[in-house]
Amino acid sequence: MIDYAVMFGFACLALAFAFNLWRLLRGPTIGDRIVALDTMVINAIALIVLNGIATNSTVTFEAALLLAMVGFIGTVAYCKFQLRGDIIE
Amino acid sequence: MIQPGLIAEILVSLLIVVGAGFALVGSWGLVRLPTLMERLHGPTKATTLGLGGILLGSVLFFQLIEGVWTAHELLVSIFLFITAPIAANMIAKVHLHETRLNRNDGIETPAGSPPAAPGPGAWATFEAPHRDTPAATSEK
Repeated sequence: MIDYAVMFGFACLALAFAFNLWRLLRGPTIGDRIVALDTMVINAIALIVLNGIATNSTVTFEAALLLAMVGFIGTVAYCKFQLRGDIIE
Repeated sequence: MIQPGLIAEILVSLLIVVGAGFALVGSWGLVRLPTLMERLHGPTKATTLGLGGILLGSVLFFQLIEGVWTAHELLVSIFLFITAPIAANMIAKVHLHETRLNRNDGIETPAGSPPAAPGPGAWATFEAPHRDTPAATSEK
């Protein structure tokens, strides 16, 4: 039963990635692209965790943890760059 | 008689399905909603909740079915639930800033511009310090 649930999850996340990609390419403002990238990172974390369930291994969960941190820092850095024209003042 | 293993499987499957559904709904909101201020709602609320569901399902899967205790998912979920509002706030600031600089030509929210901030300044995005602003909060 869990296999089917994981398959359903993979399908949902793939569709979510397609939506995010559409918004990333379409824009129209910089803020929209930042939101799309942020959502893509969150979906990527979900994909890594689902892959861990599917393959029965906890090895990749460190990658999920790192991606959560790096994704947040990337979003804030991009916003900061838009607001101030500089990241570290 | 229902076995405990079956209940665990049903619980994990339900959490994964609901979580993935919420993640999909959040991304669909990103496509469907008209302007950036509305689009922020989908990823920050629905997608974060969906990821929380998947992470909880993963914790239960490895604990109840595999018998392995993993704390990474809890760390990820705590971290995401803390950082998602901050990221959304930063993106909203970018939107306000770009709107003030008229870089968002013709892209106006249905509710119109946000009301003016009280006092002489504008909403906190970027502006030069006022004349009487102290250089640090310890001064004055």
